[in-house]
Amino acid sequence: MRKICILLVAMMLTVSMLAGAALAAEGTLTMGTNAEFPPFEFVEGDAVVGVDPEIAAEIAKDLGCTLVIENMAFDSIIPALTSGQIDVGLAAMTVKPDRLASIDFSDTYYNARQACIVLDGGSVTDADTLKDKVIGVQTGTTGDFEAETFSADIQRFGKALDAVLELAGGKLDAVIVDEPVAKNIIAALNNPKLALLDNIPFADEFYAVAVQKGHPELVESINATIKRITEDGTMDAILLKYFPTTDEPDATAAP
Amino acid sequence: MNQLFAAWWEAIRERAVSGNLNFWENLYKEIYLNLLSDGRYMNYLRGLRVTLIVAALAALFGVALGAMLALARLSNVRLGRWRWLSWLAGKYINIMRGTPMLLQLLIINFGIFGSIKLDKIFIGVIACGLNSAAYVAEIIRGGIQSVERGQVEAGRSLGLTSAMTMRLIIFPQALKAALPSLCNEFITLLKETSILAYIALTELTKAADYIRSRTYSPFMPYIISGLMYLAVVTVLTKATSALERRLRQSDSSARADQGI
Repeated sequence: MRKICILLVAMMLTVSMLAGAALAAEGTLTMGTNAEFPPFEFVEGDAVVGVDPEIAAEIAKDLGCTLVIENMAFDSIIPALTSGQIDVGLAAMTVKPDRLASIDFSDTYYNARQACIVLDGGSVTDADTLKDKVIGVQTGTTGDFEAETFSADIQRFGKALDAVLELAGGKLDAVIVDEPVAKNIIAALNNPKLALLDNIPFADEFYAVAVQKGHPELVESINATIKRITEDGTMDAILLKYFPTTDEPDATAAP
Repeated sequence: MNQLFAAWWEAIRERAVSGNLNFWENLYKEIYLNLLSDGRYMNYLRGLRVTLIVAALAALFGVALGAMLALARLSNVRLGRWRWLSWLAGKYINIMRGTPMLLQLLIINFGIFGSIKLDKIFIGVIACGLNSAAYVAEIIRGGIQSVERGQVEAGRSLGLTSAMTMRLIIFPQALKAALPSLCNEFITLLKETSILAYIALTELTKAADYIRSRTYSPFMPYIISGLMYLAVVTVLTKATSALERRLRQSDSSARADQGI
């Protein structure tokens, strides 16, 4: 037991020392993301691509840095930020008060909403019938928190796609995930059994860039980049590139 | 008690937000948020319960199937015409040991049981048990082959059938020889159940993941889960060494050591 205590203390010391470190390495901007969230971030060939990597590339360009992308579990992004392993987190991450306690956010760059995927003709048809059902989510996402308001029987996956596959297999009653991702996955799977419920009043939410606490200059620089690409049309071009043409891009800044 | 812990947290909360905590305050913050607040210790305990249930059932399943596989594997030696059974068991063991357990789990969950609604615990037991059986089979086979051939000859010349010789003479000795390796396999199995997090079963590792996604702590939930695994494995190790000591009592060499 004493050895364990010593080990524990040693680890805490190491981590608390590392936590103070600023930009991981000079000249690079390390972005943490979870490339399981198309169209915002996904793997194509060897590269992580999507809306967020393109925005991050613009941020890196303005900072004069090289962009390095680290693909990790979504629920590891904030811990990786607080321990200084990455500089920024761009992962379709919604600004939420309890996240603000651990990290800072830039200005917002996208207005999203949660969506509920169900089985066509299944038992879930609205918010009332969603109560106490088996809901699949991706661990730590807004959908995970939303699902907790409906049911205690939640299955948390590492990937949104796995949850939707389980739903398609009839093993879940519903999946709650960000709307653009839901549409993308449904289009990709092309499974007639899956349907999107549009009558559950989820709140508006806004994506922003996550930054380790105590770096106001980095936040300001990111805000400047977001302002620039919103005004010069780069943002619209990025969104048009990744969203199916039938889908209205929704690049609304926060109120 | 809870109020006292909460009061301590309130005392440092303001400074925690601005990141001005000393080492001990930070340690308390991590332990409070990840273990004490919102009854989070219950998340770990519920996860531990799932881990123990899956590991215990998978171990039982694995030993039963593994023993059959070991006998099948040896059947061309002992049962002559059942050679194909040995071939089949060999192939099974090769496949289960030659591919990662995580892949097997994902294939079982998303493939074989892709559209069959089953309790995730059941799927976990099947996946872990099928994998463990391959290792158990090799352990038991090694145990059986470590028993001297003379023992078989003695049994057969006393008029026992070959099945009786196996059941009454060889197998008990083989099991004793295999016990330390079997215990090792159980310990591995217990920890490997952590891959069940991939199929959204909230066992002990997923419980830590869940808490981490709520508190945003880099690693404290993993330390707490790790200590729980360690505690269970320590108890398991102590129990098997006691069992081994008990089984050694009938060894002729041990008797000689004790001057009997």
